[in-house]
Amino acid sequence: MGIFKQFKNGLINENPVFVQLLGMCPTLAVTTTVIDGMGMGLATTAVMLGSNVVVSLLRKVIPNKIRIPAYVVVIATFVTLIGMFLHAFSLDLYRSLGLFIPLIIVNCLILGRAESFASKNKPLISFVDGLGMGLGFTWALMVLGAVREILGAGSVFGIQLFGEAFKPAIIMILPPGAFLALGVLVAIFNWIKLRRVKNV
Amino acid sequence: MEIGALFTIFVSAALVNNFVLARFLGICPFLGVSKQIETAFGMGMAVTFVMTLSSIITYIIQVTILDNLGLQYLQWIAFILVIASLVQFVELFVKKASPGLYQALGVFLPLITTNCAVLGLAILNIQEEYNLIQTTIHAVGASVGFLIAIVLFAGIRERVALADVPELLKGFPIALITAGLMSIAFLGFTGLV
Repeated sequence: MGIFKQFKNGLINENPVFVQLLGMCPTLAVTTTVIDGMGMGLATTAVMLGSNVVVSLLRKVIPNKIRIPAYVVVIATFVTLIGMFLHAFSLDLYRSLGLFIPLIIVNCLILGRAESFASKNKPLISFVDGLGMGLGFTWALMVLGAVREILGAGSVFGIQLFGEAFKPAIIMILPPGAFLALGVLVAIFNWIKLRRVKNV
Repeated sequence: MEIGALFTIFVSAALVNNFVLARFLGICPFLGVSKQIETAFGMGMAVTFVMTLSSIITYIIQVTILDNLGLQYLQWIAFILVIASLVQFVELFVKKASPGLYQALGVFLPLITTNCAVLGLAILNIQEEYNLIQTTIHAVGASVGFLIAIVLFAGIRERVALADVPELLKGFPIALITAGLMSIAFLGFTGLV
């Protein structure tokens, strides 16, 4: 598969959130606003770029039997780095993502790509795969964040969209809203895919 | 230590701040292994076992090793290693000690390493500055909450599987919407503690 195709694969065809339904915990938990969704998406992308390249470089060194613990240590190292970076340069984001920063370690998406792609492919294409998957994850989180922020708080990127008369549906920024919004978005994504298949 | 305070921790972890429906921890097994009540119950039991044990061990490691040596920045790496090896160890132990239980839990045990509820719980215990007893109670409460949520959800999904669901909503969308409605029900527990 070509480099561009691999990139597009993660972005749309195999989108981690809407198609593969991986990494659900952060997807549901930190998408109360667009900014938080974007921050989580980019942090996950950064970790995945690092772990994919390192796992790919070490793919002939790591013994098969202990490969999963080895991948987990690689991922945990990058997550610790990103956590320190966010703590130092973006304290607000660090606070609002909170517990879900260390939990990037157990995001099944990252371990899944390490196991199913990076451990079998060269570093460059693994990097591109990580980038595609990561950005696919990021835009999905941003869309979900936007839906919930518009309906639940009446704003996007913290800017109020509607006048005083708008009564936000608080439920959308509470936990149930996450499940409902994601359920509807996945259904819409399925609908678009079905239509494309029919048209072709 | 007051019994009342411990009870508050337990109820709060099990119902009010339910790990799955309010905190969004452990969503992967919640959505993945909830098609039948029986398997959901097996997963819930395996998670209960590992969560309680790993909370106690990570707490001891935090206090005796990481805090003593000033290595707090290694917390995340240390904890995930502990959990991964604990899961392996539990798997071996259960296999030897009780083949029947192993048959029941076997498939689910390896999956627990990447269950974010386990790591999340270990980190939360330290963040909330619980002592050993509170940590244990918190862990049991959280696991009971997970067990309740996954078994109830599996029960609903068994019914939904027989219902006439619109084509677009089949599979995950309807499962997510079901979970959303359950989560609304659990919002009712707010104010209980």
